[in-house]
Amino acid sequence: MTPDSLGWWGIPLAILGGLLRGSVPFLFVSLGECLTEKSGKINLGLEGSLLLGAVTGYALSYHSGSAWIGVIGAGGAGLALGAIHAWLVQQRRVNDISVGIAMMIFGGGLANYLGKPYIQPTAPQLPALHWGDWSDLPAVQSALRVSPLLLIGIAIAFTMQWFFRATRWGLIIRAVGESPTAAKAMGFSVGRTQTACIMVGAGLAGIAGAYLSLYFPGSWNENISSGQGLLAVALVIFARWNPRQCLYAALLFGGTQGLGPALQSVGVEGYYYVFNAMPYLLTLVIMVVTCSPVRSSVGAPASLGQSRPDA
Amino acid sequence: MNLFPRWRSHLESFCIPVGALLVALLLFGGLCALEGYNPLAVYSAIYQAAFGSWFAWQNTLLRAAPLMLSALCTVLPARLGLIVIGNEGALVLGGLLAAMTGVWWVSAPPLLGLLAMAIAGILAGGLWIMLIGALRHFRGVNETISSLLMNYLAIAFLSHMVEGPWRDPSSLNQPSTFPLPDALQLGNLPPSRIHYGLLYGLVACAIAHLLIQRTTFGFAVRTVGGNRRAARIVGLATGKLTLAICFLAGSCAGLAGMVEVAAVHGRANGALNANYGYSSILVAFVAKQNPLTVILVAILLGGILASGSLLQRALEMPDATVMVLQGLIFLVILYSESLYDRLPWFREPPQLEDEAARGMPPPVLAAATAKPPLPSGDLHR
Repeated sequence: MTPDSLGWWGIPLAILGGLLRGSVPFLFVSLGECLTEKSGKINLGLEGSLLLGAVTGYALSYHSGSAWIGVIGAGGAGLALGAIHAWLVQQRRVNDISVGIAMMIFGGGLANYLGKPYIQPTAPQLPALHWGDWSDLPAVQSALRVSPLLLIGIAIAFTMQWFFRATRWGLIIRAVGESPTAAKAMGFSVGRTQTACIMVGAGLAGIAGAYLSLYFPGSWNENISSGQGLLAVALVIFARWNPRQCLYAALLFGGTQGLGPALQSVGVEGYYYVFNAMPYLLTLVIMVVTCSPVRSSVGAPASLGQSRPDA
Repeated sequence: MNLFPRWRSHLESFCIPVGALLVALLLFGGLCALEGYNPLAVYSAIYQAAFGSWFAWQNTLLRAAPLMLSALCTVLPARLGLIVIGNEGALVLGGLLAAMTGVWWVSAPPLLGLLAMAIAGILAGGLWIMLIGALRHFRGVNETISSLLMNYLAIAFLSHMVEGPWRDPSSLNQPSTFPLPDALQLGNLPPSRIHYGLLYGLVACAIAHLLIQRTTFGFAVRTVGGNRRAARIVGLATGKLTLAICFLAGSCAGLAGMVEVAAVHGRANGALNANYGYSSILVAFVAKQNPLTVILVAILLGGILASGSLLQRALEMPDATVMVLQGLIFLVILYSESLYDRLPWFREPPQLEDEAARGMPPPVLAAATAKPPLPSGDLHR
């Protein structure tokens, strides 16, 4: 039975399914970007970490036979790219936005370069939690098939929220992001804090990549990402640098992405690319509405995006 | 007294980028070796395919033409302190609308028709990037992120139009618009396969150089780029400058799209989205946002792009190899920025006749003047 036989009821169901499936990569990259930006740096190159994570996860899962090893390896690949990014942005006169663009090209290129042999073979996939088995309808069953990574992501979102609010380390990161000079005067190492945040943030993006190649759509090819890593920066603006709102933003974007295939399944065709472009348009509209030329956005770390002054 | 008082800093601004390129090539060789390819064979293949023969040179220059034009899309706003990376979107839109102009006006006399196509490309690309400038100026939307997003919108628009309303039903494998009539194809420079687009690129870079360095407008732009607040205080209309420079920037990328359509593809289709836009961002940064240097860097990168297919055929390397090389060059070049004023060889010696200056740190006067200001990148503001 296809969603067709459910008639128009198939649409909300397909959107729900798309939301549960499609929001996970958004969730991980936005949490990664949120952590990075809280420390006052921007990583525009999470797309590169995501792609390299996707191919590393797929390759490791293929060779080791365990998808979870793949997920860990993907996180490691993200950490490695994050280390390069972090080291570069600590240099004098180096602007983090330019480094991000470069990392996007480099990470994407490296992923395609290393991933050439893995287009054909099939790697073991991540298991799914079948929450829809109480129903007889296959559409319901498939919509309620949930990846454990979604639960992990939700847990990370709430943990990060608590981490920033209530822990010493969270406070240090926020202090560094708000005023590096003050944090330095208090004896915290700005460079080390930012390095840690950038690396972990990129590691989360790597896990997002592993989700793409090991769960949904569940294979490696050069077009596996539909720009989730690129949207991270915009998602974080939308979420006002708040990890819990990153979760809502990710769910919203996942739902938008589910809209196109959902409408296609009930016969609304011909606007495939238009629907695919919806998240980008939505982000742009949100930015236009929420940004202001005279003040910085509410919730933005005060020192965000300032490159290290000379000498 | 001294004929070249700042020769050290000139030498520095030549040696550092060249050194960075060499380091990037070395790292790339190391990466190739790790994967089991012979780095020397890779280098020689790149050289052969890029600059080894007249045939290779033509391939290189063919790719350099759109790179020059669309690199200006990043260069011009950078002089104003904005990081715009919407090159790909402006190129795609310019190409699509230029192609449709040609298709709608089939009976046009060649010169007029080509002119109309060029104008369509220029307007489409220009207005597209001008929108980014307007969002930045009036709404404070960060231009880097909005241009990144708008690339995707433009590419989606291209895909939608060539597969839907503007599709030529006979284009089966690759959905395309109707082909341009032969009269509206851009010709080649006489003894070669190189089309006139290269000329457009060279002229555009020269004009951009004159505009930025030799006119009042360019001076105003550089002032805003140096210090936006100060420029506003002295009464420069930053808004108008932003819109104007963004329009010019986008028009160059749009023209690149028109050149690709009229000289290479003969119609608009998904092939327009060939990543020239992203490579040209690299060109702009490696050229340090200088329009004349863009010409050289575009030829160099055109060569690297041209070598992609040979690497694939002769050495059986993945086609993403050239992308890795591009990324490495980009990263090393960015790192090299931090080396200015730091390498002891390029420091001006202390003035010996002035005893008081002896203990002072060496003056580091010159290096800063030749360089454009760093784009501010003040995000979310």
